[in-house]
Amino acid sequence: MAQMSGAQMVVEAMREEGVEVVFGYPGGAIMNVYDEIYKHRYFEHILTRHEQAAVHAADGYARATGNVGVAFVTSGPGFTNAVTGLATAYMDSVPMVVVSGQVPISMIGTDAFQEIDAVGISRPCTKHNFLVQSADELPKILAEAFYIAKTGRPGPVHVDIPKDVTAQMGEFNYPKSVKLDTYKPTVKGNMRQIKKAVEAIKEAKKPVFYLGGGIISSNSADMVRELVAHTQIPAVETLMARGVLRYDDPMLLGMVGMHGSYAANMAMSEADLLIALGPRFDDRVTGKLSEFAKYAKIIHVDIDPSSIGKLVNVDYPIVGDLKEVLKEMVPLAKKSVEPQRYEAWREILQRYRELHPLTFEDSDEVLKPQWVIQRVGEKLKGKARIATDVGQHQMWTAQFYPFTRPRELITSGGLGTMGFGFPAAMGAKRGVRDEVAVNISGDGSILMNIQELITAVEYRLPVINIILNNHYLGMVRQWQTFFYDKRYAETDLSMQPDFVKVAEAFGGVGYRVKTKEEFDKALDDAISKGVVALIDVIVDRYENVLPMVPAGGSLYNMLLEYKD
Amino acid sequence: MNERRVISVIVLNEHGVLTRITGLFAARGYNIETLTVAPIPGSRYSRLTIVTKGSPRVIEQIIKQLHKLIPVYKVIEHSELVEKEMVMAKIPLEERLADVEALCRAYNGNIVNIGKDTAIIMAADEPSRIRNFVEALKRFNPKEIVRSGVVAIER
Repeated sequence: MAQMSGAQMVVEAMREEGVEVVFGYPGGAIMNVYDEIYKHRYFEHILTRHEQAAVHAADGYARATGNVGVAFVTSGPGFTNAVTGLATAYMDSVPMVVVSGQVPISMIGTDAFQEIDAVGISRPCTKHNFLVQSADELPKILAEAFYIAKTGRPGPVHVDIPKDVTAQMGEFNYPKSVKLDTYKPTVKGNMRQIKKAVEAIKEAKKPVFYLGGGIISSNSADMVRELVAHTQIPAVETLMARGVLRYDDPMLLGMVGMHGSYAANMAMSEADLLIALGPRFDDRVTGKLSEFAKYAKIIHVDIDPSSIGKLVNVDYPIVGDLKEVLKEMVPLAKKSVEPQRYEAWREILQRYRELHPLTFEDSDEVLKPQWVIQRVGEKLKGKARIATDVGQHQMWTAQFYPFTRPRELITSGGLGTMGFGFPAAMGAKRGVRDEVAVNISGDGSILMNIQELITAVEYRLPVINIILNNHYLGMVRQWQTFFYDKRYAETDLSMQPDFVKVAEAFGGVGYRVKTKEEFDKALDDAISKGVVALIDVIVDRYENVLPMVPAGGSLYNMLLEYKD
Repeated sequence: MNERRVISVIVLNEHGVLTRITGLFAARGYNIETLTVAPIPGSRYSRLTIVTKGSPRVIEQIIKQLHKLIPVYKVIEHSELVEKEMVMAKIPLEERLADVEALCRAYNGNIVNIGKDTAIIMAADEPSRIRNFVEALKRFNPKEIVRSGVVAIER
C-alpha cells in the first residue's frame, strides 16, 4: 500500500469508514490534517464556531442517523472545549469519534503552547481513548476507534494525535475488520434466561414494560412495538426512549420519573414485574431506590453487564444486544403470553390515567409553553426531528410532543447539557436533510451556543429555534419556588438581548410572538421559507413542570399541582 | 457488610493502562488497599493484583466496571487464592541480630544485607502473617519498613 503522511491517513480512514461529514475547528496542532481535508475533499467539513458545538453537532448527527458522528479539534483549548460534548455523548451512549491534535511527541510534558493532557482529561468521559505514538499505528487505531464507538454499548472514542505523527510518513494498511482480544461485547442473550423471563411475564399479574434508550441505540423499536402489541402489557418510556412507542399507542402510559405521568409512575410503583428493556435505572427515573418498584420482580435486558444490578437487584438479568434478545423473546412471548390475563391491571391503570391525566391550564392572556409544544406537534408530527436544550422546555417537550418514532427526539438526558440543542439540531438536519429540524430551547440554554447561528446560515442548515422565553432559568426557578421559599438566586433573566435582532444580525430570521396567532404565523413562515430561524416566544413566567417527584422522593409521591 | 477481596486483573501492557484502572477506582469511589503490577513473562499482558474492600454490590460493580475497560483481558475474583506479601525493613546493628534472624525465619525470611549502621531484613508470607511480623518487629526499633502489597495466584 501507499506511503503517506499521518495526516493523509486520517482523511483516508474517514473515507474507508464512509464518513460523509465532519464537524470541526482547525488550529495549530491539527493543521496538517486540515491541509489533507482541503486537498482531498473526501467529506464535507462543517466549521462550527466553537468546538463544543462541533462535538454536539456530531452527536446530533449520530443520534438522528445512527451513524458514527465525527468531530475534529485542535490541541489545548480546542480539546478542552470539546470535553462537554464528549461527556454528553458518553452519558447517553452515542457513537462518536473525536480526533484532536496534540503538540509534537518531543514536546509532550513540557507545558508547550496549547498543550494539555488530553487523554488524561477524556479518560473518564469517553468509552475509550488513544494517544497515537507513530503514524504506523494510526490506521489500526482509527479502525479500532470506529469499531469500539459503534459496537457493544456505543459511546464516544477520542483519538489524540501529536503534530509530528501527522507529518510522519508510513504505510496505510487500513484493517478490513477489527478483532480485539480484550473487548468482546456479549451479543446473544442467554436462552435459558430468556425463557425464564418469558415464563415470568406469563405468570405476572401486573407487568409493566420499562423502555429505555437501549432500544433506540440497538434499532429494535419495531420489535418492541410488536411485543407490546401482542402482550397488551402497559409500557412506560424514559426520556431517552421517547418515540419507541407512538404517542397514541393505547399501551403507552407516558414518560416515567421525576416529571413522568401519574399513571406511569403509579404503574412502576404497583407493578409485580418490570420488563426493563435497555434502561439504566437512572435516579431521575427511580426516585428513592428503596421505594422503587418495591413489589416487582425485575427482568433487565442490557448490553452492558455493569448496568445490570448497579442500583437495584435484578431477578432475571439478560446480557446481550436487545435486538438479538428480542429476536428470541418475541416469538416465545407470542406463543405463550395471554393478553387477557392483564385485563384487570389495564383497567386500574386506565383509571389512574383518567384520575390525573397530563394536562395544563391554557390561557387567553398569556402563551403557555405546553400549548406551544402541542402546536409544534400538530404541525410537524412525524415530519421533524426535535432537539431540545435542558430545563423546563425539555421536560415539557418530553411530556407534550406527540412522538411517533425513534430518533425523533434528540436531547441530552444523562449529562443534561444546556447549549446542546442548537448544534445537535444542526447535526440532525445535516444527517436527515428532508425533514424539518427544530430546537426547542429556553432563554437560558439558547445563549450557550448562540454563535452557531452563523454556522447554520453558512451551511444552509435551517434549524428552527423555538425559545420558550420566561425570562428565567426556569427549572432552577421552579426548584427555588418549591424548595427555597422563592429566593430566586441568580435565576432572573430579565436582562436579555433582542433575539429578533440577534437572528437578523447573523443572517437568519427572527420572530417575537406573544399570542397563538402570532406563533402560528411565525412557525408557518419559518417552515415555508426554510431558513435559520429564532422564534422568541414570550410565555407565562411562572409555569411549572408537573407532575414532579421531588429529588430523592418516591415515585408515588408526586406533586400534581402547585397553588401559590 | 464490607468484605475484603483480592482481584487480579490481566491487562494489555500499554501506555496509560494503569491510570485507567486507578482512575476508575477514584472516579467511582472504590477503595484500593494494596496494588501490585508487573508484566506477565512472555506475553503482552500485565497482571495487577488489587486488594479492595466493599459491600457485595460494590465488589460486583468493581469487577464489572473493570471488565468494561477496553484493555482489560480478564478479571479474576476467585476466593481460592494463595496470597503472599513481602516486607523489607532496616534494623539498627545494635539490636540482637540473632533474635531478628530467628523472627525472619519464622516468616520465610532472613537478613539480606548488612551495612555500616543497619541490617536489611526481608520476609514473605500471607498478608495477615505479615501484619503480625511487622508488629513483632517493632521491638527491634526498625528505621524503615517497606511492604510490597499483595500478590496472589489461583489455587
